[in-house]
Amino acid sequence: MDNESTRGHEARVIDLASMHEATIAQLAQALKQRKISSKELTEHFLERIARLDDDLNAFITVTRDAALAQAEAADARLAAGDGTALTGIPIAHKDIFCTEGVKTSCGSRMLDNFISPYDATAVARLKQAGAVMLGKTNMDEFAMGSSNETSFYGPVHNPWDRETVPGGSSGGSAAAVAARLVCGATGTDTGGSIRQPAAFTGLTGIKPTYGRVSRYGMVAFASSLDQAGTLTRTAEDAALMLQSMAGTDERDSTSLPDPVPNFSKALEEPWENLTIGVPDNFFDDGLDPKNAQLVREALSVFERLGARLKDIHLEHLHLSVPVYYVVAPAEASSNLSRFDGVRYGHRAESSGGLTEFYMRTRGEGFGAEVKRRILTGAYVLSAGYYDAYYLQAQKVRQLISQDFARAFEDVDLIAGPTTPTPAFGLGQKVGDPIQMYLNDIYTIGAPLAGLPALSTPCGMVDDLPVGLQLVGPHLSEERLLAAAHRFQRETDWHTRVPPGYVD
Amino acid sequence: MGWEVVIGLEIHAQLATASKIFSGSSTRYGASPNSQASLVDLGYPGVLPVLNREAVRMAIKFGLATGCRISPRSVFARKNYFYPDLPKGYQISQYELPIVYGGRLDILLEDGGTKTIGITRAHLEEDAGKSLHEDFHGLSGIDLNRAGTPLLEIVSEPDLRSAAEAGTYMRTIHTLVRYLGISDGNMQEGSFRCDANVSVRRRGDHRLGTRTELKNLNSFRFVEKAIEVETERQIHLLEDGGVVVQETRLYDADKNDTRTMRIKEEANDYRYFPDPDLLPVVIDDALIEALRGELPELPAAKRNRFVREHDLSEDVASELTATLEMANYFEEALRAQPDVPAKRIANLIQRELTAALNREGLSIDQSKVPPEQLALLAARIEDKTVSSSAANVVFEELWQAGDSGEVDAVIEERGLKQITDTSEIEAWVDEVIAANPEQSEQYRGGKDKVIGFLVGQVMKLSRGQANPQQVNQILQDKLRD
Repeated sequence: MDNESTRGHEARVIDLASMHEATIAQLAQALKQRKISSKELTEHFLERIARLDDDLNAFITVTRDAALAQAEAADARLAAGDGTALTGIPIAHKDIFCTEGVKTSCGSRMLDNFISPYDATAVARLKQAGAVMLGKTNMDEFAMGSSNETSFYGPVHNPWDRETVPGGSSGGSAAAVAARLVCGATGTDTGGSIRQPAAFTGLTGIKPTYGRVSRYGMVAFASSLDQAGTLTRTAEDAALMLQSMAGTDERDSTSLPDPVPNFSKALEEPWENLTIGVPDNFFDDGLDPKNAQLVREALSVFERLGARLKDIHLEHLHLSVPVYYVVAPAEASSNLSRFDGVRYGHRAESSGGLTEFYMRTRGEGFGAEVKRRILTGAYVLSAGYYDAYYLQAQKVRQLISQDFARAFEDVDLIAGPTTPTPAFGLGQKVGDPIQMYLNDIYTIGAPLAGLPALSTPCGMVDDLPVGLQLVGPHLSEERLLAAAHRFQRETDWHTRVPPGYVD
Repeated sequence: MGWEVVIGLEIHAQLATASKIFSGSSTRYGASPNSQASLVDLGYPGVLPVLNREAVRMAIKFGLATGCRISPRSVFARKNYFYPDLPKGYQISQYELPIVYGGRLDILLEDGGTKTIGITRAHLEEDAGKSLHEDFHGLSGIDLNRAGTPLLEIVSEPDLRSAAEAGTYMRTIHTLVRYLGISDGNMQEGSFRCDANVSVRRRGDHRLGTRTELKNLNSFRFVEKAIEVETERQIHLLEDGGVVVQETRLYDADKNDTRTMRIKEEANDYRYFPDPDLLPVVIDDALIEALRGELPELPAAKRNRFVREHDLSEDVASELTATLEMANYFEEALRAQPDVPAKRIANLIQRELTAALNREGLSIDQSKVPPEQLALLAARIEDKTVSSSAANVVFEELWQAGDSGEVDAVIEERGLKQITDTSEIEAWVDEVIAANPEQSEQYRGGKDKVIGFLVGQVMKLSRGQANPQQVNQILQDKLRD
């Protein structure tokens, strides 16, 4: 039944002026029932971006015309009754994902002129599901950073306090979703680049199991760690987006062949005897006491829900930052060699020889942090240093994986803080790379072990959100999402809107 | 004390897969520049390599044919260096864990003996593109059609002791990869090329001398010549009190000498590490056994069989098995005329057919005389329908006629049937003796060799039709009278 009176009545549930307050799950319902159109939704969010993003700098590129065309196509699909849960939903992609015909800069001057001739697999799958891309979000240059301050396009401001960072490297995606400029966004996580910004901006951020989402078309930073995921308001929305993105891909040999379960369905499945491991390592001296208190309170919510908490110790976890800063730069130094000015990207004006051409092109195209990591990476792979650094790091990485594997013999999930502190101030850590790197101390373990992990909002410290991190065993995305979903039904931290972005 | 040269070869054989080793682009040679370069080959941001399984199968076949161990798990590594024709800034190769290793290959020496050459390893890797330095007015052009073409790098032990041995080893590998159908071995197109590591030492010395590496030798002759001149250079250097510097050298075919390309200190630190984009290559016994079952009869086995079954000499058997196509031609001809002695057929292949092929620059599978007709011609020699010299004429006729040629028809039309009628031959003999009184006298005077000249004259007079044995006999009889 679809008469005018019903439509008029229901339409009031999703008020056109406050569409940005609804979750993807709610909007999907409204779109499916044709109470709103994708075009209206898309125009609404485009208007918000135009009005609000100047102060945030969350977007590098806004694809207004293409978005409206996609929205119209989505409406046609919805009218024909063959839409998916994402058909007509406005999203944004981190600018690390190749998008056909659209600039894909990776936050770097090196790719400022690069229009990708193809779509990344994750992009193609979301496109196929009917999601509407509003644009490409700002990020740390080549995903190297924890504050979004290394971007060639300038820092992103945290909507909760524009003097603080949104985290990184997926800072643009986080700020855009948190400020309700878009319903959800893709991100990538190498050492914490989804979970840390999610924690800093009050969002749900999931980094799936390594290989769950194809890396094809994601500009590579550290290939053995990189994993695509999502930044959304709720676990329910994360389940919807991940459903489209996940799955094996013949173009990525490291993508997992395992079938993709129904994540949304998993949210509702009853859990029995869930044991949550709480590593003492996560509650070290570096952790802000207020943050620690909120995490403890969050854990007690799980206890109330019937979960059992168990103290555990991850023996080698304290080595994860040094291991990460050997392995990731090593791979990056090689991955970024292709940016040489010969075929695409920035190309120095040069009348000198080949070596000078390379030096000038790369010298001009890359920023300081990228250069620092290329140098570190080249160093640890050099003859005479390989065994002492790269090989040693790989061995410790194995030990860290084994620590997790052993822990998961006794517990179903591991929980702790996502970050040591809430968002820090812009410029506060730029001059001290080690301090910046230590911000990832709790998030680096999971990618080193290839494990899925999620951050969900669990409180506010000095008016800034902080996150609870959940890490699960291999391919346990269902369990992670379900746990976060339960938690979100008991709490309202994820519903908080940054002041100034309500309307 | 004399000098001994120690040589090891690294042969790069391009694998005959339809598509590249890590992308779906065609490997066809000669396409217009950059028309066979996909985003993967171009090293675009975000693209990933996917291993071509056929290249793995081919490498395993090579390993099985050379008694190598097949690694149950081998790993692709990145070899990092910058060059414009290397799109990713690294070459995907295998480093610590090659796909096959620890094999050997017997080569036939000139003195008829055999020598076993150790094969250290063979590994899979991708080729780079081509830099074109001419035709661009001071600029360089890059053609990435070749980028990503699969190569099998076959590394020998330093078991070779002369330029000739090195050449023979390279030919033996060349024959082998073509038998296996894993490489076309086309050297003009660069599908088969090698680097040679060369050092010298005093005979009896067990330590290896300092080696130099000769790069990109793309013909058997160049390998031999380059090693010869490099050996000479090193010996002269050492005898004059100098030292050999470890370096990479280039062979200049025009000047027939070698020159420094780069010294060890300038060598790249390739910063090898396992490629995180590719999973380890895991090979199980089932695949190995399946591929073992697909192996063709190998050159050495075929050669031995030809000697045994067809009563051929080692040399003839070697020549007939030098290529699979040659061996197949020979065996097809044998099958067409099983009663004709194999030697008769081998003779026609090695003389008439080989001469014709060489003259026109064709390979045996492009022969204008099919094996059945060549076999029939051999049968006609055997049953004395034609003489050997007339057979030569018949062969040429068949060659010119191409597919439409038929042996018996040519013999008939050209009147080449051998004449065994004694009276007719006697008439020609008489005519020749009368026309050549001087030579006849010489023979009578005891100069036996002259008989060959006189037989030739009779054969000429008979337009090759007279039976040469009969001519010889009648001549002798008449001159002794």
